[in-house]
Amino acid sequence: MRCRDGKRGRMGLVQKTDIPTDMKAARELAEQIVTQAEDCGYSAEVVFAIKLALEEALMNAIKHGNRRDPDKHVHVEYSVDSKRAEIRIVDQGEGFDPTNVPDPTADENLECPTGRGIMLMRAYMDHVEFSEQGNTVRMIKNNG
Amino acid sequence: MEGQKDVIVVSQQAGAHVVEFVVERLLDEVDIARISEQLDLLIKQMDSPLLVLDFANVKYMSSSALGMLITLYKRICERNGRMALCTVRAEIYEVFTITKLSEVFQIYESRTTAMAGLA
Repeated sequence: MRCRDGKRGRMGLVQKTDIPTDMKAARELAEQIVTQAEDCGYSAEVVFAIKLALEEALMNAIKHGNRRDPDKHVHVEYSVDSKRAEIRIVDQGEGFDPTNVPDPTADENLECPTGRGIMLMRAYMDHVEFSEQGNTVRMIKNNG
Repeated sequence: MEGQKDVIVVSQQAGAHVVEFVVERLLDEVDIARISEQLDLLIKQMDSPLLVLDFANVKYMSSSALGMLITLYKRICERNGRMALCTVRAEIYEVFTITKLSEVFQIYESRTTAMAGLA
């Protein structure tokens, strides 16, 4: 597959899909997005970042958002062009307060086995924002 | 478990157990739970477990895998043992640095230096 904008830097096509509450389906979609980034010539470092952030965001949507409810789905919108990859993930959960997530690098939380997903997303993507309700995340990674 | 591919290979070397991750991706929760179960069984058999985790094959890792490592580390400490990580790729090492887990875990360049570090 070629880069959607033919590497001319136009805004890529926004693709929309619903996936079931299932990590297998989530990883298949993540692979498609990552493949598009590779086709657009993104570096291995940037591809790693997108892959990691997608894994964490989709896992959050499925596990914490939809609470693995098979009757719910996860809505994903994404566009990948030669300039940037933008991904929006919406779950059907109750949401959470993204401003109230404990810092996993604080001394008292350092040995806590959970709570690092959002931190990794923020560290690896150029822009991460949650909706007020907390059930939508929008992430952007610039190419280069 | 029957029909499931091994995710780790455990061997013994100079009094320590070396755990080699066979998979490139430490992402799947089922894999991570299996690793945790296998290593839990292993350390329960020892008084002061010494474990070297060899990351040479690991290219991707999720926060769930980090959680598994923290739980394992705590269990080993509870049994007066020690744990070291080695041959961690630069991009994976960065994950440990960002999360400050590089300050919790002992991370070595090679299996040899990790073994020496545990001695």
